[in-house]
Amino acid sequence: MKVLVAIKRVIDYNVKVRVKADNSDVDLTNVKMAVNPFCEIAIEEAVRLKESGQATEVVAVAVGPTQCQEQLRTALALGADRAILVETDGFPQPLSVAKLLKGVYDQEQPGLVIFGKQSIDADNNQTGQMFAALAGLGQGTFASKVEIAGDTVNVTREVDGGLQTVALKAPAVVTTDLRLNEPRYASLPNIMKAKKKPLDTLTPEALGVEVKATIETLRVEPPAERQGGIKVDSVEALVDKLKNEAKVI
Amino acid sequence: MSILLVAEHNNAALNPVTLNVVAAAQAIGGDITVLVAGEGCGAAADAAAALPGVSKVLCADAAVYGKQLAENVAPLIAEAAAGHSHVLSAHSTNGKNTMPRVAALLDVNMVSDIISVESEDTFKRPFYAGNAIATVKSSDAVKVVTVRHTAFDPVPATGGSAAVEALGSAHDAGVSSFVNEEIVKLDRPELTAARVVVSGGRGMGSGDNFKILEGVADKLNAAMGASRAAVDAGFVPNDMQVGQTGKIVAPELYIAVGISGAIQHLAGMKDSKVIVAINKDEDAPIFQVADYGLVADLFQAVPELEAKI
Repeated sequence: MKVLVAIKRVIDYNVKVRVKADNSDVDLTNVKMAVNPFCEIAIEEAVRLKESGQATEVVAVAVGPTQCQEQLRTALALGADRAILVETDGFPQPLSVAKLLKGVYDQEQPGLVIFGKQSIDADNNQTGQMFAALAGLGQGTFASKVEIAGDTVNVTREVDGGLQTVALKAPAVVTTDLRLNEPRYASLPNIMKAKKKPLDTLTPEALGVEVKATIETLRVEPPAERQGGIKVDSVEALVDKLKNEAKVI
Repeated sequence: MSILLVAEHNNAALNPVTLNVVAAAQAIGGDITVLVAGEGCGAAADAAAALPGVSKVLCADAAVYGKQLAENVAPLIAEAAAGHSHVLSAHSTNGKNTMPRVAALLDVNMVSDIISVESEDTFKRPFYAGNAIATVKSSDAVKVVTVRHTAFDPVPATGGSAAVEALGSAHDAGVSSFVNEEIVKLDRPELTAARVVVSGGRGMGSGDNFKILEGVADKLNAAMGASRAAVDAGFVPNDMQVGQTGKIVAPELYIAVGISGAIQHLAGMKDSKVIVAINKDEDAPIFQVADYGLVADLFQAVPELEAKI
């Protein structure tokens, strides 16, 4: 089966983001960008399925501005066979992204579509599920294990209190959680080979999707600062503070 | 305004987070209809009917909803949303799993993990791992919203007496089925609802060593949590993870033991009322958010703490 992996270009997870002085947005000037960590896990899972003979082809797709090609080349270096960029002005909102990906899905007809569960910038945790609903597919979200058995995709999910396994009819959607796998690093030879792998560009118009923004960001501010605390020098002092000052025990 | 509120429950009772979501609904204003979907969920529906400010309860009791499969529950919610201006749920595992499907079926975007209601169409929500707060305004015809329960004080569980109406609609998408689950049942309060949380990090060294925390947790009737590092190292199961991509908690007291305080962990606990950190590294970032910091060897400090509480 063909596996489609949807990836997002986001700030590198090590970056400590700052809010702009005019409170219009976060400051992304000269900030290091990368493949969203959960999307890396998605790529890794797809590549492992190919290596184990359960997938025939891995196609990586990203929605966003032309710079997303960097992250698609990373996906190719990690083992994807082909990449698709749906090129847009900036990053569309989740419903539009889901509609664009539905367009790609219709063209590619994969048996499995893998997303990261959330992107570490917006922290929405929406796009994979929205896509699944638009495509009428079953979903296994927050996956910690994926097993393909013929036409069925068994997904073990991280839920409150433990783990739950669901069986999905293929084609199906998976969103990855942290413990699904540990992604590999791209080797230099593979990075070089990735430059020659196919990367096609599509437009929303070509997919028949109108990109619409329905959520307006009015203001961005830093979170309320916690007051600085104190250090205590003994357990006794700590217990005293908790009982008599903070009054929490 | 007319709000459809999707209850979080286990068929026998409401999950306490539902009381926080009702508070968020009250902040938006307008009448509140609670939807309880499940299997054998009459008791949960009755509990919902007792919530203050609720005008009606819709009870969809069918085998297809028994395991909260998103493919079946989402079309039910989308259908029940007709005539409502808002659809609300907790930003829980179920809320995250199901509500985006609802939004897509209604052809709208959604606002996830709100921490405040500014007006019926404007909300605040954290992003970038809680390092920034966005005030967003939705122009969608129906506002689909999930609520960070720790940001809203819960309403009382009683005071209302709504009618419970049965919803016959049984959606079976036929694309997914429940296979099994491994749920750990603890005699402790649930992590996201506990008044006190005791958490261990990589510094605990092993899964066995987490037992050291149990005495303190017992005395304080606390839930136990962990950092991602401890979970990844295999010390404790994943449902104990507190952090950006784990559980978000805001207890009265959060005691972080052997936790360095990475941004992603802080994202899950920095709204706790009082934070205590015990770590032998005085430069650990956790001390920057701790109200009371103790630089000490946890293997000495924690047993001493248990004795002196």
